[in-house]
Amino acid sequence: MSAARGGAGDVRSADHVTGMTPQDEEILLRIAASPHVHSPHSTPRIMWTVTATLVPLVAAAAWWFGPSALLVIGAATAGAVLTERLFGRRGALGDGSAAITGILLGLILPAGFPMWMAFVGGAFGIGFGKLIFGGLGQNVFNPALLGRAFLQAAFPTAITTWPADTASWWALRGDNFAWPLMSPETADLVTAATPLGAWKFEGVETQLADLLIGRTGGSLGETSGLLILALGVFLALKKYLDWRIPASILATVALFSGLLHLLDPVRYAGPMFMLFSGGLMIGAVYMATDMVTSPVTPRGAWIYGIGIGLLVVLIRVWGGLPEGVMYAILLMNAMVPFINRATQPRVFGHERKQREAAA
Amino acid sequence: MKELPQVSPDVLETADAGAAREAGGGGPTAPPERPATSSARLVATLAAAGALAGLVIVLVFGWANPKIQAHRAEVLRQAIQEVLNGPESVRTYYVVDGALSESPVPGADTINAERIHLGLDDAGEPVGYAITGQEPGFQDMILVIFGYDAETDRVLAMKVLESKETPGLGDKIFKDTSFVAEFRGAAAPLEGVKSGAGSGVENEVDMITGATISSRTVIEIINNRIEALGPMLDESGS
Amino acid sequence: MRATTPAEDFVRGIWKENPVLVQLLGLCPALAVTNTVANSIAMGLATFFVLVGSSLLVSTFKKVIPHEVRISAYILIIATFVTIADLVLAAVVPLIHKELGAFIALIVVNCMILGRQEAFASKRPIGRALLDAVGTGVGFMIAMLMMGTFREVLGNGSILGVPLFGDNFEPWVIFILPPGGFLTLGFILLAFGWWQERKSDTARIRQWPHGVATPSREEAA
Repeated sequence: MSAARGGAGDVRSADHVTGMTPQDEEILLRIAASPHVHSPHSTPRIMWTVTATLVPLVAAAAWWFGPSALLVIGAATAGAVLTERLFGRRGALGDGSAAITGILLGLILPAGFPMWMAFVGGAFGIGFGKLIFGGLGQNVFNPALLGRAFLQAAFPTAITTWPADTASWWALRGDNFAWPLMSPETADLVTAATPLGAWKFEGVETQLADLLIGRTGGSLGETSGLLILALGVFLALKKYLDWRIPASILATVALFSGLLHLLDPVRYAGPMFMLFSGGLMIGAVYMATDMVTSPVTPRGAWIYGIGIGLLVVLIRVWGGLPEGVMYAILLMNAMVPFINRATQPRVFGHERKQREAAA
Repeated sequence: MKELPQVSPDVLETADAGAAREAGGGGPTAPPERPATSSARLVATLAAAGALAGLVIVLVFGWANPKIQAHRAEVLRQAIQEVLNGPESVRTYYVVDGALSESPVPGADTINAERIHLGLDDAGEPVGYAITGQEPGFQDMILVIFGYDAETDRVLAMKVLESKETPGLGDKIFKDTSFVAEFRGAAAPLEGVKSGAGSGVENEVDMITGATISSRTVIEIINNRIEALGPMLDESGS
Repeated sequence: MRATTPAEDFVRGIWKENPVLVQLLGLCPALAVTNTVANSIAMGLATFFVLVGSSLLVSTFKKVIPHEVRISAYILIIATFVTIADLVLAAVVPLIHKELGAFIALIVVNCMILGRQEAFASKRPIGRALLDAVGTGVGFMIAMLMMGTFREVLGNGSILGVPLFGDNFEPWVIFILPPGGFLTLGFILLAFGWWQERKSDTARIRQWPHGVATPSREEAA
């Protein structure tokens, strides 16, 4: 209505307050962060493709850990998506990044984890790992890992309770349905050590074949090493992840642990065990390669990957904890701005000019 | 982004800035004009204030110190009763030059001197020594007191006096009664084993899952103290 | 300097210029010892005692203390009160004193207290200095209680040691630990900032039509 009558004098019409006219509805501009590159690979497309590659992983988790896997992953995803919906920018859910965070978080939790804790982890990851920095593209740390780090600090017992295989596939692997704020019931729970825990505290090395297919204790999605590797190759071929990052992480871990193994094969586990145990595979392929929290330059990607690989072996071998992938990636996440600055390509011709001036 | 609520100027400004503004004279950067105070007066003021402060503190200390010491002694007394299973009487020995002595080194600090406590039953027979020891745990120093029977070379009981171990994990070294009970009657030297993996030998202590470092520290404190003090205890022939 | 009324002197420190939540002063105790309500109260009371006592003395002797050595004199006064508080706590509530540990002694370097002496008590009459110190002390106590309550309820499932959720409560261990202090302070500052922003937005809308014409974002920039 103001469009028809609106003149220079009519500045205080009701429409002015909302800043909206009927036409505006159709030409709402999408605000997105730079660089504004035209490419078929839009953010939602990449995100939903990555989500699709998570389906086999979720299926593998369900295969090994039964219905508990789906409950935990579902609760973590619900926490992440709901937080994004409540506090995030309007329409931000559509890019699928909150769903990925939730699913990834679920995949790095133990099967018997109470659903309410998984929900809290998802909400914390999105709320304090992403939204507080200003949403997708602004976050410093990988939100899924931050959610897990919070859970690790808040509920250290529940998150290190690894259930043993049950006789029936249908049996729950723990008290997933514990009431919110209440401890899970663990009286009749049979636990089993993870391969890394068994190695560190009991000196038992798990069969490599079991590690490759995932017939071991551990977080839901981290066990099936070969499957994750295959999905990673697919994503790298599609150029949805920077192949340098997982390659440098895995190579560093293999070299470093191989060297230690040569020095003392009894004390230090071999490289194949190090590569396929714990969260290294899922961390290298899905967590470290998060486009927002990894370096943008190829040289930076190498530095970042090597840093993660070194930290992983350091924590695993000499740290108090059996597993260090989460902290290794979070620490290197914090270094990413510095890596980016240090590896910034020079403007063409810039360096030479300076040298000439000096000479 | 919006700024945080403004804090009113006089909350943050310094006396100098305020004085400069009050003085008014000169530009905004001119130092405040203030007659210099003589050094003697500065020293006298601070000395007087210091003397007064000292006096007040001494008075309060005189009132508070007996209570503080009484509390400390009471905590220790209860702990000794607990780890020696309630002896009839307790005799305190001081560790002087690698041997036990009934009296401390003359002039030495009796409160912080290294000492152990011998519990006696109603017949006057010794039941065991209460020994304290501390070593760094996962977070901070862990201070432990334990009862030790030198004749049978066994630990009677263990109690953690001070620790800042992780709540929910490391603090099980004193909250988990089954872990504390592991020490009752265990033969020295103790050996920590993974929970449930013990073979029933008397010197084995089941460690706490998830708090390996904290539980191992407790075991090591006890072993080290027994190793250090054991010869003296045998000599005194109690 | 803008003149303030006695009421303003008193109320200012409690909420609008709360030492912890607005000025972000005295964070060391606010982060370190607020893991239970009892500790928060003990720390709040000790700080309150030191603040009020020091302000009273500084204001009383402001003419006597030479300008050149005023900071030393303030610290001397504050340190005396801190030592008294330390000894009294150790004698009366030994268990809480053990929990607070070195942080009682660290009240000396709480910049909130020195700040009040330098900025206010050393320039104002005794009555005003007292009002200001009490207000600031109450404000500090409120902030400590907010943090202590949040951390004890989630970290231990209790308030003042009284369980709220029954035996089966799963404690959020992180809130008892130091990182929980930072997280809690962040949560509270977030809520506080959000509330302040809403209040100023509401005020702007009330002023309509004059106030609304400028969007808040550009104004702040």
